[in-house]
Amino acid sequence: MDFELSADQEALRDGIAELLAGRFGIERVRACENLPGAVDRERWRELGEAGVFALRLPEADGGLDLGLVDAAVVFEELGAALVPGPLVWSEVCAGVVGGAADGSTVVGGVSAQVGDRVVIEHLGGIDALARVGSERVARLEPGDVTAEPLARPLDPLTPVSLVEALPEGDPLALAPARARRDGAVLCAAYLVGMARAMAASGVVYALEREQFDRPIGSFQSIKHLLADAAVRVEMARASVHAAALHVDDPELGDVRRAVAGSKHLAGEAAIANARTALQVHGGMGFTWEVDVHLYLKRAWVLDTVFGSADEHADAVAACLSSFPLA
Amino acid sequence: MDLRYTDADEAFRAELRSWLESTLQDLPAPPARDDWAERRRYDTDWQRRLHDAGYAGLNWPERVGGRAASPSEQLIFLEETTRARAPYVGVNFVGTLHAGPTLIAEASEEQQERYLPSILRGDEVWCQGFSEPTAGSDLASLRTKAVRDGDEYVVNGQKIWCSFAQVADFCELLVRTDPEAKKQAGITWLILPMDSPGIEIRPIDTVAGSSEFAEVFLGDVRVPVANRVGDENDGWRITQVTFSFERGTAFVSELVDARRLANELAVLARRAPRMEGSAWDDATVRRELGHIVAELDALWALTKRNVSQAERTGSPGPGSMMIKLAYSEARQRLGELSLRVLDRAALAFSDDLLSGADELLEERLRTLALTIAAGTSQIQRNIIAERVLGLPRK
Ligand SMILES: Cc1cc2nc3c(=O)[nH]c(=O)nc-3n(C[C@H](O)[C@H](O)[C@H](O)COP(=O)(O)OP(=O)(O)OC[C@H]3O[C@@H](n4cnc5c(N)ncnc54)[C@H](O)[C@@H]3O)c2cc1C
Repeated sequence: MDFELSADQEALRDGIAELLAGRFGIERVRACENLPGAVDRERWRELGEAGVFALRLPEADGGLDLGLVDAAVVFEELGAALVPGPLVWSEVCAGVVGGAADGSTVVGGVSAQVGDRVVIEHLGGIDALARVGSERVARLEPGDVTAEPLARPLDPLTPVSLVEALPEGDPLALAPARARRDGAVLCAAYLVGMARAMAASGVVYALEREQFDRPIGSFQSIKHLLADAAVRVEMARASVHAAALHVDDPELGDVRRAVAGSKHLAGEAAIANARTALQVHGGMGFTWEVDVHLYLKRAWVLDTVFGSADEHADAVAACLSSFPLA
Repeated sequence: MDLRYTDADEAFRAELRSWLESTLQDLPAPPARDDWAERRRYDTDWQRRLHDAGYAGLNWPERVGGRAASPSEQLIFLEETTRARAPYVGVNFVGTLHAGPTLIAEASEEQQERYLPSILRGDEVWCQGFSEPTAGSDLASLRTKAVRDGDEYVVNGQKIWCSFAQVADFCELLVRTDPEAKKQAGITWLILPMDSPGIEIRPIDTVAGSSEFAEVFLGDVRVPVANRVGDENDGWRITQVTFSFERGTAFVSELVDARRLANELAVLARRAPRMEGSAWDDATVRRELGHIVAELDALWALTKRNVSQAERTGSPGPGSMMIKLAYSEARQRLGELSLRVLDRAALAFSDDLLSGADELLEERLRTLALTIAAGTSQIQRNIIAERVLGLPRK
């Protein structure tokens, strides 16, 4: 047992962080608002070339043969940088949709639905759409989907379209349970990155901003908000890494419980930490200019995919029958 | 990164499990809550059994009689003793979990030889004399005074909230040795024999109606200078070492036990009657429990991360400070939820209303202390903000 990042995992993390700092700075991220489907296809390809989507594929298929936990390390960095687009869907489908692995094909997805209304993210920027049903995952062509873009998406970097008709599509060699499970963990990892970025942004501002002739970070109520934010990051990250390891090695214990707990905590951490950052920024936090709202809105959006925090809390409770020792 | 136990770990687990099975069978019944003489006997007897079987001082170095076990063996020990519902450390808490570890890190060789083996064998019990009536969170403002007189210190003052003081042989005692210096710079860490003349112990009743802790009055108590750990006036630094164990590792077994209890609450909720159905039919109960369990699971994972970090670098990372805070808060929520589940079965300490209610109710009261003892949640947040996040003190 060694529940710390290995040297390889640290290198993976640092490598992707460096790439993102250079190629996906917040200005570039914000500029995605004006791209079709808010997908930056040029940079998407670069992510593909860097192996972001192919980490878990066998080497024979151009992958790195790594585990979900390695992918989680990478997705935390993507979340910290708030890279827009259907990253999780593209990773989950990398082995079954041609071109997804190298970033030449952008794969979006749809699973949840509100009543009979289906809403799809990033529709204008994707080449394939994975539809996760109860029995199977199907591949749909975005051109075959009749949908109306909605004028004011909550998250400016997550455009959404209201679907009028969804064709059946062709079955993919991907089990729905697996897509949901891996998607939940990767989405949770992304949310951990967001929670981390927001905790850090709060600390930076608290050190910089002065009121009453002292940094606001010297005020205890600000300290306590930020301490709680830091705790949420550590807990959610430990939970996500544990969940990913459980998926990679189901003998470790209750996979469902571990996965549900991770998405629950990561979702809550991302929302709570973005709210903390907003509060710490005062009036600035309520502006479009400061990045905090982009994180908060994304956190709200991501709470609706791959199971909400509430649904996952219920799922954890449903697992409580055997003695928990994993 | 991996969470797998090796074959050697699993062998350790199997051996421990079978030892627990046979040993727990011939354990006497636990004593009454306020029968302190019996409680001491029971807890130290258990410690002795652990010692004789090679399970005492699991993470202590071999040179002082410990097992120098690997991190995974320490975790397995916690898992298995909890699963088997083995006795809790009880009165051995201070000695085995923070005074002993402090001595290992800071005491002289003679002191280590004198005190550590008898802690491990369960021969001697320790208590903690840090807090005072006017020095709680602001511990460094403590006033109990020690004046040097030849090769002895003469100690006068008052300590409070000393858990297990009435059964302890020794006390880790903080005293002021330099009243002129800045408050942190005038403190010394002493080993106080509890049978010294001049000590008066007055038990205090807790919210649970038990006498877990006491006031300790010290009037001209003579403590040999040889009982000083570290240098005179270097006690505050040593106190931080004590805290690193007390707040960092001492309650990890509590966390494992909380996971067990959460599970039992889920089972009990199915038996707790409502107008229609059971408490488990209440979706808000299930959701809240799911939330708490997700947190407890994450804290257990974070514990594994800490232990791994300590193994690699020699000291646990910032996670250990966070675990104390997050665990004690999660545990409060679990306590509140258990009362909601019990509903009117919580009105008496009794299993007659609902079997299992008694334990949950006792736990609810006992755990009220978790966000206060060993550094309040507010103080823990201050420390995380200042030491981990680097926010300014003033
Ligand atoms: C069950 C139990 C067992 C204990 N066992 C021992 C023992 O064996 N030995 C021992 O020495 N002590 C022991 N203690 C004492 C414990 O360490 C103290 O109670 C604790 O440090 C708090 O001190 P206090 O009680 O004086 O509260 P105070 O320090 O007076 O705090 C009162 C309130 O004010 C808040 N507060 C104080 N300062 C600040 C600040 N700077 N910022 C924000 N909020 C602040 C606190 O968070 C708290 O809510 C025990 C306590 C309990 C409950």
